[in-house]
Amino acid sequence: MDGEELTEQETALYDRQIRVWGADAQRRLSKSHILVCGMKGTVAEFCKNIVLAGVGSLTLMDDRVVTEEAWSANFLIPPDENVYGGKTIAEVCCDSLKDFNPMVRVSVEKGDLSSLDGEFYDKFDVVVVSCCSKLINEKCRKLSKRVAFYTVDCRDSCGEIFVDLQNHKYSKQKIEETIECQLQYPSFEEAISVPWRALPRKASKLYFALRGVFEEAEGRSPGEISIADLPAVLKLKKELCEANALNASHVTDSLLERLIIGTREFPPVCAVVGGILGQEVIKAISCKGEPLKNFFFFDVMDGKGVVEDVSNPKKESK
Amino acid sequence: MVSERQLEAIKGAKVLMVGAGGIGCELLKTLALSGFQDIHIIDMDTIEVSNLNRQFLFRQSHVGQSKAKVARDAVLKFRPQMSITAHHANVKDPKFNVEFFKQFNVVLNGLDNLDARRHVNRLCLAADVPLVESGTTGFLGQVTVHVKGKTECYECQPKPAPKTYPVCTITSTPSKFVHCIVWAKDLLFAKLFGDKNQENDLNVRSSDASSSAHAEDVFVRRKDEDIDQYGRRIYDHVFGYNIEVASSNEETWKNRNRPKPIYSADVMPENLTEQNGNVAKNCVVDTSSVSAMASLGLKNPQDTWTLLESSRIFLEALKLFFAKREKEIGNLSFDKDDQLAVEFVTAAANIRAASFGISLHSLFEAKGIAGNIVHAVATTNAIIAGLIVIEAIKVLLKDTDKYRMTYCLEHITKKMLLMPVEPYEPNKSCYVCSETPLSLEINTSRSKLRDFVEKIVKAKLGINFPLIMHGSNLLYEVGDDLDEVEVANYAANLEKVLSQLPSPVTNGTMLTVEDLQQELTCNINIKHREEFDEEKEPDGMLLSGWTQAPPAKDDKQSMNDKQSIGNGGDSSNALQTEPADAVKDGEMEEISEPSGKKRKLSEGSKASILDATDGTRNHKEVEKLDDDDDDDDDVVMFDDLDSMTNKKKRLQ
Repeated sequence: MDGEELTEQETALYDRQIRVWGADAQRRLSKSHILVCGMKGTVAEFCKNIVLAGVGSLTLMDDRVVTEEAWSANFLIPPDENVYGGKTIAEVCCDSLKDFNPMVRVSVEKGDLSSLDGEFYDKFDVVVVSCCSKLINEKCRKLSKRVAFYTVDCRDSCGEIFVDLQNHKYSKQKIEETIECQLQYPSFEEAISVPWRALPRKASKLYFALRGVFEEAEGRSPGEISIADLPAVLKLKKELCEANALNASHVTDSLLERLIIGTREFPPVCAVVGGILGQEVIKAISCKGEPLKNFFFFDVMDGKGVVEDVSNPKKESK
Repeated sequence: MVSERQLEAIKGAKVLMVGAGGIGCELLKTLALSGFQDIHIIDMDTIEVSNLNRQFLFRQSHVGQSKAKVARDAVLKFRPQMSITAHHANVKDPKFNVEFFKQFNVVLNGLDNLDARRHVNRLCLAADVPLVESGTTGFLGQVTVHVKGKTECYECQPKPAPKTYPVCTITSTPSKFVHCIVWAKDLLFAKLFGDKNQENDLNVRSSDASSSAHAEDVFVRRKDEDIDQYGRRIYDHVFGYNIEVASSNEETWKNRNRPKPIYSADVMPENLTEQNGNVAKNCVVDTSSVSAMASLGLKNPQDTWTLLESSRIFLEALKLFFAKREKEIGNLSFDKDDQLAVEFVTAAANIRAASFGISLHSLFEAKGIAGNIVHAVATTNAIIAGLIVIEAIKVLLKDTDKYRMTYCLEHITKKMLLMPVEPYEPNKSCYVCSETPLSLEINTSRSKLRDFVEKIVKAKLGINFPLIMHGSNLLYEVGDDLDEVEVANYAANLEKVLSQLPSPVTNGTMLTVEDLQQELTCNINIKHREEFDEEKEPDGMLLSGWTQAPPAKDDKQSMNDKQSIGNGGDSSNALQTEPADAVKDGEMEEISEPSGKKRKLSEGSKASILDATDGTRNHKEVEKLDDDDDDDDDVVMFDDLDSMTNKKKRLQ
């Protein structure tokens, strides 16, 4: 493993976490560059985690102005117009995040990520977006170097994470040994094209429900979908279920209603999902520990944090 | 999304947080965002640099300040309307009595030691206030709910006691690096730099041929003795002479490899001062920055030193203590943040390890073991904090059926990273919450009251300020309000043998032990027994009805061993695990083995179904939600959990 030694300052600050993942992993983290798009509450949690972990840099994208909804679930935004007035969400969050760890470079990038080209994406090792985007995922996959791609979305009292590490080599501990492993990830498009009947019967219902919600929301900006869309979503669900030979009652109307109505994030869910996401990104950068593949769901209703492998079995190689 | 019902409960709730550290910072932030308005925090610690990687409410500029206060100030910045009361104090302080606890709707723990957790557990039971407990270590975490009468209390299930090692393993037959650390820290360091009057097993040998008087003189530096000479003399005594003597005992080494004596002349033939003349130039006023590593140019704490390097550090560190910190000698106790002490202990442990064929370790690793450092990251604490708030809300709404114990796993198990389990019913034999009497077998004509107080009341029952009664007769108590006569009386009682007490304690006597602060009453039935096995019951007493978790496998015999040495307190923000060392050995017991009691609270109860949406759901829809889950495993069955735990132990 190449690289300079950690400084005395880093060793002192990161002592407790170096004891978890080792000095090598810490060095890799300090050289990594993260891009985040869409600063919702869960993403704010993630940013806090990744800055504390000691990444090289974090770039934020979110040109929206601060609203009450924005700061209600985001502790990086003080509810004080004197502080946030005239600034975008990204700018306010950037100021707060810088404080958490002076050794991390935090900055803001303006514009629409999906319209930027490969040269821009190439600067990063990890891209995290707060709404599913096939387009952005594809851009990440077209580069010569591997750019890890994540989406995260929390609504009502549920959360979903999608992970695409393309071809990922990592090491894991088994008793006293270190074992080298490899995982192959499908792209987002490939994943959602996996026929529903190919998935285990007990697969998280959230997976199906959210696909319905997002498909309806496609093309529209986040937050635009509302209760008025419920009939359309229910209709869509029926169609999707029929097309996939899935019993429509498997995905309840009430679940969909919860997801449509509950656009606001629930702070404890943000903490949980933002924490899991933080851990996953750290694993991807350090190449240490088995990353989850490829969907994660959390629902307060049953309290479970579930991993679903939605991939075409033929493509997998271990 | 939060329902009206939830919002109201949250707004009106008064919450107590105990601990403002790793979990505490995350918890306070999430409580604030979730709409809680009235929070009290208790934490006695001040902020250290090593906290800053996860306790994100604190900054470099806050080092040294009160955690509770700084946490409060930081959160008020983004929720100025909240009422947050910070107590920079020890939760065991008598001012936090049952009355104090009664004012809260729920208590949330973010503690790092067993003692405080037991204390809070008892106060919550006495005040009848629900408690949400939690702990994290590295990537592992758990959240549990404790409601009096409805679920187990925190002490219903045995918690593993801190690991201890038999004295002979430490003094004569170490086989692991941790044994060398304990020797270096609790014996050698203590002998050289600590209180001279303290009992010290350093020269304990199986065959004690030489006179102890001679042995005592060896460690004291003679008047005007040259420091280099002194250092080498100590080195040769503990690593050379003592090893040779120990090696000569045939019995000990029948089935073990003999240790090799190491003499300074063999490892470092040249005079040390010729190697580097830095010490004289080191005019450092600040004693805390004095470092043998710096002196010798060894920069990286992650490097594993050779025997030669360890030896050099040993002598250099010893020298620096005498040259720069002479005043402290005789009063020093090991502190993991004392760089020079850590260097000395690492060096000494390494040389001893070399002697016994055990692999050497870096300063970084040694510090972790010697300092009982718990490894910790921000993400696990954030996850656990989120889960705590979710449980807290259920508790406020009294949604008993929905209470869950949730485990945050490092490896996916049954497709889960977060695994909820239903809480157990209270353990009917729990002496803390079920007031079941305990039994004590003891020799009432030989054991003194003092033995009972130290070994049973304090050590096992965790009662530090006891009141002991035989019927209506007060045998012993502690307190500020006692007069001279009473104090003398109790002191005298301590020295009396049980059967000779003013109110004699004999076979069939029932003693009552109380802790007024914890409002805990414990009845103990005394059974007289003449003989006790010196090996298995070195305390000369046997307490039953009180459950102690089984020790880690290879130290089984040390559990009840009177002659055992621990590695310092358990400062784990956890799951009662030993730090780094234990993780490597796969000895984690983070999911305490359930006692197999019937679990489900919800059996037979058609209590309210949590509405996660607004309260306007009609009954029919709600039922549908319920039916939805009938084919999922809502709850992990006991057997699976058990086999899963075992599986995990093997995999690690």
